[in-house]
Amino acid sequence: MNFKNFKLNLSNKNKDLIPQILTVLFLILVVIYFTINAQSNMGNRGISFGFGFLSQESSFDITFSLIDYDGSHSYARAFLVGLLNTILVSAIGIFFATILGVTIGIARLSQNYLVAKSAEWYVEIFRNIPLILQIFFWYFAALRALPLTVDSINFYDISFLNVKGWYVPKFVWTNFSIFFYSLIFAFILIYFLAKYAQNQRDKYGKQIPTLYLSILLIIGLPFLTFLVGGVSLSFEIPELTQLSKTVYVYQGGVSIIPELISLALALSMYTATFIAENVRAGILGVSKGQKEAAASIGLTKGQILKLVVMPQALRIIIPPTTNQYLNLTKNSSLAAAIAYPDIVLVFAGTALMQTGRAIEIISITMLTYLSLSLSISVFMNWYNKKMAIKEK
Amino acid sequence: MIKSIKTWILVGFASLLLVACGQGGGGAGSKKSKTLDNTKKAGFVKCGVSQGLPGFSNADEAGNWTGIDVDVCRAVAAAVLGDADKVKYTPLSAKERFTALTSGEIDVLARNTTWTLSRDADIGLTFVGVNFYDGQGFMVRKASGINSVNDFRDGISACTNTGTTTELNMRDFFNSKNIKYEPIAFEKADEVVQAYDAGRCDTYTTDKSGLAAQRTKLSNPDEHKVLPETISKEPLGPVVRQGDSVWEDIVRWSLNTMIEAEEYGVNSSNASSLKDSDNPAIKRLVGAEGELGAAFGLDNDWSLRIIEQVGNYGESYKKHIADTGILPNRGPNELWTKGGILYVPPAR
Repeated sequence: MNFKNFKLNLSNKNKDLIPQILTVLFLILVVIYFTINAQSNMGNRGISFGFGFLSQESSFDITFSLIDYDGSHSYARAFLVGLLNTILVSAIGIFFATILGVTIGIARLSQNYLVAKSAEWYVEIFRNIPLILQIFFWYFAALRALPLTVDSINFYDISFLNVKGWYVPKFVWTNFSIFFYSLIFAFILIYFLAKYAQNQRDKYGKQIPTLYLSILLIIGLPFLTFLVGGVSLSFEIPELTQLSKTVYVYQGGVSIIPELISLALALSMYTATFIAENVRAGILGVSKGQKEAAASIGLTKGQILKLVVMPQALRIIIPPTTNQYLNLTKNSSLAAAIAYPDIVLVFAGTALMQTGRAIEIISITMLTYLSLSLSISVFMNWYNKKMAIKEK
Repeated sequence: MIKSIKTWILVGFASLLLVACGQGGGGAGSKKSKTLDNTKKAGFVKCGVSQGLPGFSNADEAGNWTGIDVDVCRAVAAAVLGDADKVKYTPLSAKERFTALTSGEIDVLARNTTWTLSRDADIGLTFVGVNFYDGQGFMVRKASGINSVNDFRDGISACTNTGTTTELNMRDFFNSKNIKYEPIAFEKADEVVQAYDAGRCDTYTTDKSGLAAQRTKLSNPDEHKVLPETISKEPLGPVVRQGDSVWEDIVRWSLNTMIEAEEYGVNSSNASSLKDSDNPAIKRLVGAEGELGAAFGLDNDWSLRIIEQVGNYGESYKKHIADTGILPNRGPNELWTKGGILYVPPAR
């Protein structure tokens, strides 16, 4: 090829492309170099590489698991236990952080001096203390403050709180699947009801009380299954058992371990401060004229917040709040410090130690967090798009 | 397909191992040792220790490390560099220790590490010997009325450390007794102690030496006791990277020298005066006979320096384990000639 002609043929756009292509090529070379290097280094040290270990028996037990697990299951199963525990604590954390954050955010703008100041103090205290210290504080403070098993705090003889956890009754179902399908069926009915109601409103201006009908459906349908579907529910109440002279434990029921409680508490209280600030910024970001206009057509304070301010504020609130959700999920990896069996403790901790497969396990763990974060991101972006201004 | 996944995953971690590039390794079989050369060049031995276990490796307020694990590194430094103080200590968690060694961040791992088949064979490590024979036990509150492991019942909760063999032994033990238990595993020993102290768990299980050491950190040490049973074998010893056989030999024989010195009654105060001893084994130990050091590229006084600067195994044990009240009784860690199981191959 004639170099001169080639040069002449370059449009402006192509000129910009060349440095980019070179950069990408350079990055690829660097990556290849590191890969070859790592492989030869591992080869020299006699370290094998592979994922075969995932199917081996893990031979360690985990305190708390949402699925059936013990040491005779595989490392892959242990990974799943850790992942589910991470998702569980993140979901609980996100749920409470959102409720608390929105409440505090709105409270900070309250006309009431005491309410506004308390909210401000809350935000300033909890966002300025490192999270790991808060986790330790809630965990060890809770452990020290809670009574021993034998003098548990008793809630109506069905639920007990002590240093070993919070024991609640376990639901024992018969024909649970019928109950479950009736719930799903109720949701499907509600979906069509909402569509129908919107249609009626748009076409004929007719108001259908969807909320009450939905509540009726969601309670009524499952309730019917108890009467005619053969579904029944009983409770297994935790019982105090004596193991030795001073050692007692509650058996039966469901035990919520203190590690989960304190981790979820610390995560949601910490993240709530940031969400509160997002909410405050979002509300302040809605122009004053909007509120005044709403007031002038006779809407009440509550209606203004619900119908005028919040829908507009949400557009400002959602993107930074997505960040907070991601942070909370990633911060849940601090669980290892207080023995909550999340993916870092179980998989990147114990499993890594037992197998010694650092590269494989850390890469799986990193990919897992990446996928978790991306899923949250995708969901929040979808929600953000839904909430964004739709120009008509 | 699998090959390509492997490649891509390796990519992300290559940078970690790049640090290791150029250190260690060395051709197996040759007399050259890259680790030895690098250590001489750097002027210190890179030693991985625990984050603080009294008696084994523990730092005082001034940052001086002491303990029987520390003494292994000091012995290597005395042999290789002529000065037992030329050691750089890296405190490591149970989780980090093997990666630190295989990546070349440290050259000797002396961190109360249990010698097991999978660790030795599978992950690029070589155990060079045993400097402490331990076993896993249980600590309980005296008031609990539990006097032996046979008093454990379904529902007992047990605190321990993650990333150690204790987690596995605990499962084997409770399974064999058919007892349902609640395992609570913390990353750091200090948190285990705090949680056990607060009553989160009914028993605390780890190596017996560890239990004895950690008991001192409880708010009321006298209210707790270690149960008599030992549920596992825990031979603890120093570890090196696989592939540098000369370095491996240096560390192995530094430890063996300390034990053999005790066997022949050679200690830090009488070593130099024993150069003209009648016993050829003693003469070899203090470098007055034979050319033993040449086998690993060291001079002939390497073993004398170890004994003079670090002392023999008995001195080290007495100073760090017995006199500190951790385990006054040497038990299995007594010489084979005195009823224990310490027995090393002869240095000749």
